Amino acid sequence: MDDFYRDYILDHYRNPRNFGHLEKPDVEAEDLNPLCGDTIRMELNVEGGVVRDVKFFGKGCAISQASASMLTETIKGMKLEDVAKLSKDAVLENVGIGISPTRMKCAMLGLRVLKSAAIGRLASWPDEE
Amino acid sequence: MTQTLRTPALDPKLARIIADFPILARPTSRGKRLVYLDSAATSQKPRAVIQALVDYYEQYNANIHRGVYEIAERATAEFEAARGKLARFINADMHEIIWVRNATEAINLVAYTWGSTNLRAGDAILLTELEHHSDLVPWQALAQRTGAQLRFIPADERGVLVLDDLDALLDGCKLVAIGHVSNTLGTIAPLDAVIPRAHAAGAVVVVDGAQGAPHLRVDVKALDADFYAFSGHKMLGPTGIGVLYGKRALLQAMPPFDYGGDMIHRVEYRDATFAEPPWKFEAGTSNIADAIAFGVATDYLENVGMDWIREHERALTAYAFERLSEFEPRGLAIYGPRDPAATSGVISFNFADVHPHDLASILDTEGVCIRAGHHCTMPLMNKMGWSATARASFYLYNSEADVDALAAGLEKASKVFKV
Ligand SMILES: Cc1ncc(COP(=O)(O)O)c(C=O)c1O
Repeated sequence: MDDFYRDYILDHYRNPRNFGHLEKPDVEAEDLNPLCGDTIRMELNVEGGVVRDVKFFGKGCAISQASASMLTETIKGMKLEDVAKLSKDAVLENVGIGISPTRMKCAMLGLRVLKSAAIGRLASWPDEE
Repeated sequence: MTQTLRTPALDPKLARIIADFPILARPTSRGKRLVYLDSAATSQKPRAVIQALVDYYEQYNANIHRGVYEIAERATAEFEAARGKLARFINADMHEIIWVRNATEAINLVAYTWGSTNLRAGDAILLTELEHHSDLVPWQALAQRTGAQLRFIPADERGVLVLDDLDALLDGCKLVAIGHVSNTLGTIAPLDAVIPRAHAAGAVVVVDGAQGAPHLRVDVKALDADFYAFSGHKMLGPTGIGVLYGKRALLQAMPPFDYGGDMIHRVEYRDATFAEPPWKFEAGTSNIADAIAFGVATDYLENVGMDWIREHERALTAYAFERLSEFEPRGLAIYGPRDPAATSGVISFNFADVHPHDLASILDTEGVCIRAGHHCTMPLMNKMGWSATARASFYLYNSEADVDALAAGLEKASKVFKV
């Protein structure tokens, strides 16, 4: 687990990308991890079914915040329908291995919120699919 | 990595205590010594308590208060003897000891029985800003059922209760619910000051003793508490068993909580009369094995001595303050009173911008178990402006070596997070 906190993860934690709010989001969603209270909000601008811009907002541990930050970079320019189909691997490819089972929800929170925004209702936990 | 300021020889009594806890001799999957600093969540169990569970199931497993055969008689005798031990442990009469599942159920019992029959719209319930969700949410629900209003004794920025406006807060107040010790900050509540004034104002006092009974010598008669609630699992006993103490006259006047077998006196098709307290409040088959083992846990605590435990935790807390202060230049912040005499073996802190969950994960790789989060006190966290804290809590089996392991873990977190 300590191998998890690599430099680029800490960089995303301390300097999150696409952090803040969009002026007029087309789709948005927000959720919290009831175990620890971490929160993530995702706001997207969508044009012709394609994600043109994305911002996230939240607070919590390095795992939840860095995972969300990296996801926002992954999905720019992606079709919204493909965002809806992302699996947990989309996060695990970004953050690499080494997440303990108890921290998996932290890593998946951003993706869950993102998929919720894409489908317009609360998505299931990606690690439980 | 395990740099220590001093390596104190283990006190022989402490060494014997540690040897009584089988789990403390089991290394973690990474081969580290288990350093258990989360006793405020639940305590570890000594061999004698584990053995008491095995003995019941292997030697005299039978239902109580019914059978006339030998093992049923033994089960009943041991079960009621355990009640007697719990009564002695807090200086109560055995008819004042009700077995419940845990402190939470004990508090709900009072809310549903005494609370529902005695509170009216406009009455006040006085709590404190330090309460655990288990000593808050049941009273919120009671207030909603009855139309009573909730008031709070404020806490200052160190988590110390401020009694300046107590008389005004007590005006029109029927019930006071107060935690003996804060599970988040370790603050010991000034019960000696609050309880007499609450009684003078005509209020009944419920003490949430979940963090008090494990660590402090409790004398419910000296405290003059009307109700005192606590859980076995935080004081060397099993999960699933706890106690509600209530003054006998109050218990006699209260309606039952659950209805069914065992709590009755005489039953007809359309009506029933109920048993005397405490049995009136114990419907259905009780948690026999765990109650007996809880009794053994109090034997163990008495044998070690509650005064020894208090002094041991005080010294350990003082040492932990000393070791943690080394990290203050790097951004470690300690919350709660800085005085080991004002707290009970709990230290809440944050380390620079390392989120407590990340800190707990890094410490876990070193075998060090701490708690991270809101500690079931979300309103307190919001009031203080903390989104989460890390919490280390001590008990009789912890040593200075455990505090050193915590400090070594913090050193590692400092390297990983570059703070
Ligand atoms: C102060 C306090 N009150 C109540 C409780 C609830 O105890 P239990 O979960 O055993 O009912 C706890 C346990 O965390 C506590 O620390």
